[in-house]
Amino acid sequence: MIIEGKIFRYGDDVNTDVIFPGKYTYEPLTPEQMAEHALEDLDPDFVKKVEKGDVIVAGKNFGCGSSREQAAVAIRAAGCSAIIAPSFARIFYRNCLNCGLFALTNDQIQSKIKTGDKVKIDIDRGLIEVESGVFEFPSPSEDVVGILSAGGLIPFTRKKLEEKRGI
Amino acid sequence: MGKTIAEKILAKNCGLSSVVPGQIVTSRPDIVLSHDNSAAIIGHFEKLGVEKVKYPDRIAIILDHVTPAATETYAAGHKKIREFVARQGIEHFYDIGRGICHQVLPEEGLALPGTVILGSDSHTNSHGAFGAFAAGIGRSEAAVIWATGELWLRVPESFNIKLRGKFNKFITPKDLALKIMGGIGADGAIYKSVEYSGSGLRELGVSGRLVLSNLSAEMGAKAGICVPDEQVVEWLKGRTDKPFELVLPDSDAIYEREFEFDLGAVGAMIARPHTVDNVDSAANASDVKIDQVLIGTCTNGRLDDLHAAREILEGRRIARGVRVLVFPASSEIYIAASNDGTLAALATSGATIMNPGCGPCLGAHEGAMAPGEVTISTANRNFKGRMGCRDSEIYLASPYTAAASAITGRITDPREL
Repeated sequence: MIIEGKIFRYGDDVNTDVIFPGKYTYEPLTPEQMAEHALEDLDPDFVKKVEKGDVIVAGKNFGCGSSREQAAVAIRAAGCSAIIAPSFARIFYRNCLNCGLFALTNDQIQSKIKTGDKVKIDIDRGLIEVESGVFEFPSPSEDVVGILSAGGLIPFTRKKLEEKRGI
Repeated sequence: MGKTIAEKILAKNCGLSSVVPGQIVTSRPDIVLSHDNSAAIIGHFEKLGVEKVKYPDRIAIILDHVTPAATETYAAGHKKIREFVARQGIEHFYDIGRGICHQVLPEEGLALPGTVILGSDSHTNSHGAFGAFAAGIGRSEAAVIWATGELWLRVPESFNIKLRGKFNKFITPKDLALKIMGGIGADGAIYKSVEYSGSGLRELGVSGRLVLSNLSAEMGAKAGICVPDEQVVEWLKGRTDKPFELVLPDSDAIYEREFEFDLGAVGAMIARPHTVDNVDSAANASDVKIDQVLIGTCTNGRLDDLHAAREILEGRRIARGVRVLVFPASSEIYIAASNDGTLAALATSGATIMNPGCGPCLGAHEGAMAPGEVTISTANRNFKGRMGCRDSEIYLASPYTAAASAITGRITDPREL
């Protein structure tokens, strides 16, 4: 699988409150409606500029804070296909996998790129290509690939449950 | 090879003789916890193609985040949850007014030592105070546990934080937690199980352990487990008739990192905006004017916290222009604080007594802030926009420091009042 688009560059410790403000978390929104608020308190221009295939490159501990799944869902529904960071907050990382958003670990690329740069990610080969070079990321484990390729945890589990019942 | 508490609990829960850090295991949580977000979890559950939840008695749902409902939308969410709970025969359901999920779960005897508790709330770590392995998960994951009773987990590496000594007057577990946070950092314990041990734990009591376990989330930890002892057993007396086991670490358990903190060396601490590890001493922030004081939340809304606020506020008046909101963490605490005169004393000083629940901590209702305003809060997060306004500031502190600041209108070390 290939992801191709442009980069949005952000800093360290981007938390779920600036990704998806708490005041919206208990409103029953569709993923498309969530997308309208993606990164609202960090970069109001993000939703205006993001297109399918775009990639966020951020600093350490991306997604720290609340367990709200909408933080990952909003970013994905806005069109962003992957996030690259040296480390992710653990619940956010799980939420990314569970909604089919690639969370890739790399700590070299941050100083070599800027917002607007072009990027190409080869998921199967674990490679990130930008103008200034090629960077690697550890390929996701088998369990994780299963969830991602099913389109997230809910479709993955539904399929498993159906197989169990012999449907 | 010696094992940590997290390794021992997970091995037992997963039916394995032993587990090692990094191993992916299938856990069967004893409790899966959720709150107002259960409305969204129901939506996910309904997409899974099963009619009934697998184990109704392992599901706990406590309405606390926006209670009573602030708008029609929230009310509709609560209604959906009540109907689901009735349809599915979920017994451990606590409606609005009972309190914050992380306080109510232990009060109802559902946070037991040695168990696995997963919750779709990032502060589910709190239940580590009782020696449980307790971790936050996402909403889809909660739906999957409702349907299957299982969820995959990665066995975490463990840190050991040893505590010794005694607190000085007006210094609390919150000050210690902020000091630890400043030292380890907001990402210092990502994916790790943080174990708290040592003679200092006795000094903290169960309430203080809840503060440490709760704030472990702010270091990125998967779990924050206090080594359980007879204080925990005593606290749980009369709250459960289920047997439980105190799971202790082996003396030769392997820890990735070890730290030691002397309670006597801790001062009055704060976290400045907008990250929890932006820690400083309260005295260094005496130039910061405040508009609002929040006393409550799953971090510091217990009876000892309200007593601390009373100790400072009784017989004094809150500064003009400052508003103080007090949210007891549960109905049990509310009633106790009412019976012993604490609520009346706080109200007499000018504080507003609110209902048990999360209050304005997450910025949805009951005390939103205006642009340019500053809150000093006993909560656990000071992120930009957290309390509903991106142009406001939140400082985190202990109940003593928050109350002392309410008197002066500026951030104040309670020892200097």
